[in-house]
Amino acid sequence: MEGLSVADANLVVYLHPSKSRNVSQAILRELGSWLFKFNETFDGVLLAYDVNILDKKAEILSGVHPYFAAKLKANLLLFSPKPDMLIEGKVMKLCQESIHVIVLGFSSAIVTAENIRGELKYKNKDREELFASKSHKRHVIKVGTVIRFLVKSFDDEILHITGSLIPAHTGSIRWLDRNLEEISEFDRSATKSRDRESLGDKTNDDDIASNYQLYKEISCSQLVGNVATESPCR
Amino acid sequence: MDNYFPFKIGDLHFHTSRRRQTPPVPVPVQLSHPNPVQIKQGKRMGLELPKYPEIEEDNVLNFTDSELVSHVKNALTSVLSGDHNSYNQLVGVMHHSKHLAPDEVALLETTLKALAGAVSSIDITHHDSLLSAIFTMSMWNYGPHVADALAELIVSLAISNGKYLDLCLRMLVSNFTPPPYFLDKLKLPRGLERKGQVLCRVHAAFKKIADYVPLAPLRLLTIVLQGMPTIYHKDRAIVIYVENMLKLESGEIGELVGSTMLMAVVDRLIELDVEIGWDAILQDDFSKGIFEMELEDMDDIEESAEPDVGEFRLSRKSLAGNSIAELLDNLLVLTFEHLESCEREGRLAKVFETLLQSFQITVLSAYKSKFAQFVIFYACALDPENCGMRFATVLVELFVQYSQPQPTRMSAVAYLASYLSRAKFLSASFICSMLKRLVDWCLEYCETHNGDVNPNAHRVFYSGCQAIMYVLCFRMKAFVNVPRLKLQLIMPLEQVLKHKLNPLKVCLPSVVEEFLRQAKAASLFTVSETFIFDGLLESELSRAFGGLERLDTFFPFDPCLLKRCDSFIRPMFVFWSMVKPTYDDDEDDGSSDDELVQDLPNENEEMMNGIDMDEFDCLLQKMSITPKSTSSHKFGGRFQEQARMPSRIRPSTSPESL
Repeated sequence: MEGLSVADANLVVYLHPSKSRNVSQAILRELGSWLFKFNETFDGVLLAYDVNILDKKAEILSGVHPYFAAKLKANLLLFSPKPDMLIEGKVMKLCQESIHVIVLGFSSAIVTAENIRGELKYKNKDREELFASKSHKRHVIKVGTVIRFLVKSFDDEILHITGSLIPAHTGSIRWLDRNLEEISEFDRSATKSRDRESLGDKTNDDDIASNYQLYKEISCSQLVGNVATESPCR
Repeated sequence: MDNYFPFKIGDLHFHTSRRRQTPPVPVPVQLSHPNPVQIKQGKRMGLELPKYPEIEEDNVLNFTDSELVSHVKNALTSVLSGDHNSYNQLVGVMHHSKHLAPDEVALLETTLKALAGAVSSIDITHHDSLLSAIFTMSMWNYGPHVADALAELIVSLAISNGKYLDLCLRMLVSNFTPPPYFLDKLKLPRGLERKGQVLCRVHAAFKKIADYVPLAPLRLLTIVLQGMPTIYHKDRAIVIYVENMLKLESGEIGELVGSTMLMAVVDRLIELDVEIGWDAILQDDFSKGIFEMELEDMDDIEESAEPDVGEFRLSRKSLAGNSIAELLDNLLVLTFEHLESCEREGRLAKVFETLLQSFQITVLSAYKSKFAQFVIFYACALDPENCGMRFATVLVELFVQYSQPQPTRMSAVAYLASYLSRAKFLSASFICSMLKRLVDWCLEYCETHNGDVNPNAHRVFYSGCQAIMYVLCFRMKAFVNVPRLKLQLIMPLEQVLKHKLNPLKVCLPSVVEEFLRQAKAASLFTVSETFIFDGLLESELSRAFGGLERLDTFFPFDPCLLKRCDSFIRPMFVFWSMVKPTYDDDEDDGSSDDELVQDLPNENEEMMNGIDMDEFDCLLQKMSITPKSTSSHKFGGRFQEQARMPSRIRPSTSPESL
């Protein structure tokens, strides 16, 4: 799955003097308030963090409320789906008009009927709704299936993804992983197919996250500058 | 406090800046209304049925769902190419809401269902009149089937596109309260039935949306908090809104939103509480006041900025007709009933933690909260072993911590004193252990502070001493016979009272007098010549430690003056009239007194079962007459109402009782 990354960040967090009694708790609170929200600076949704407070000393900003700046080093797990990325999620609801998916347990996604390729036909068998492939009988998408789909757009406020099942290499991952050779369109690199194999039938969100080790270095000055423009935390 | 406001200042900042960077996303806050001319035309011509294919001769519509959905989709997409006819008919159906004939109801239901299937074709800019019509519909106007279809449509809209989520949630939250014309009908059986129908669908819709959009509860939190009616809105609107908030707490998404809802409710209770000034519940006639005012005192009171200096008898009658008091009463009762249901579901311990947190943040720091604290009292009463004891322990902890600000510590010990005295459900041994902690702290303080009497410097100490004496006024009789108490509690207490800091001179005279009288009758202390029990005159030092806030006269769990509330609290409450002071021992108590005291709680419980409130008041008056005529000379005699409390402890005027 694309879109997940781990980043090393040098951060500066500004704390109100009233928090000085318990600084680490205040820092954790502040970082906690950023979770599951899209952050411009990081260009992604913060999913998890691991923080180290660098210095016991902190610079005090002069002003009406003298906030003090705590320097941190943090490992951040970020989620930033971009158009044309392939994302995986679990199907929660299925109807003729749309498939509703939840990605990583927190982000909602929808694939509307116009974005489902003609090969996948809607069927309603004995009150069970599903999408079945006309050409591959085993390829079935039901409630509870984990599917891989293409990102069309991402609403960063509600963290809502609109997806597409038009490309041939999208669909139920269980079927896709077992039938790699049938997908000829997209040329995937060797490492990526190794990753997909190790994924297998995992639907556990934590496991998916732990498989990816893409690192991004964010420069200190850029971050400090950006964080400084945000209002200090309470 | 941090989880009350989910969006910090920093987040708001970057959200707004984000918006400026990208081209304006068409998320209109106010959608335009449909062209009034077209609607008028519709009305004049009579409502035209949308052109559904193949209407059969007997007017039975035999279409499959998919046919209907595709028809609606065509109507919606045709707008993009300029053809507004079918679309306008659709909008017309949405607007037609009052006095619907059965076939019109069926049409509305069908249209809503078809729309639910066609949400992917709805465009936020081109179909804004349709959306505006949908979002202004109120489920209260319709029967169950249409309400179902509407709820389904809203859920489909919300999960289809992030842009609609907030609007849908807002629409559902606006359905918390009925339209104005319906507010009066709420008490009628038909109104109640409709209320049940609507609210159950609204809350089910929240759950469904949360299932497909996991972050929806977070958005819902802000929307519910923003939508809370202010206290100046019509009474029933806020009551039903709070009812919904509590329903959210106990509902299926309760784990996610519950604690914030509870804290917001308590905040609103405090807001209302603060609106009721102390002067609203003071009696007008000073001469009937418990305290025989000396002229100097009167002048002091007039000069001081606070109208509530000194002890006045609170009168329930003064509160009658106060609409804010009535509103607060109703809200408190709602909260009590909610706590009862939490207890039945076994969740009370968890809910209590939130209440406790809310208490420390809001109630404890509010200036002399009058009634809102009874929420936590009631919660403690429902579960004495866990919640009841936890509350007292937390208060003691707050008191002994030097790191807490002084007013917090003094307020905490005032709450503790009033709580330990008034809670019928606390065991004597527990109260004893709490008192022991206070006494030990006071003793330690004495040993480390060698100064002279100084009310200002040792405010926390004096408030602690007063608290101990106050509790003992209520509970001394029960403790006296236990021998180990004398060693653990009384002896250290004696040391404290005899210390140079002289709390007896500084604490509230009425409390000190009553305490000493009981102590003397129980032979609690060893009397020496240097220690004067009698004739303690009020010195200029007394009542001085309370400070401007007069925390020395703050007895927060004094009888609740709100009528409906009181009926809940009464069975678990210790009234001063129920207390047998130690000096009553010499009198011929007889079994009748005991019976009456024991009967009192039983009578209370019987009466709680649906008795008419006026009748209840009448009975109340009867009950308040003491069995002993001699006690009219005693402390607390001559009472007419149960609204008697030792904060209004009068120095006994008759010399014989001393």
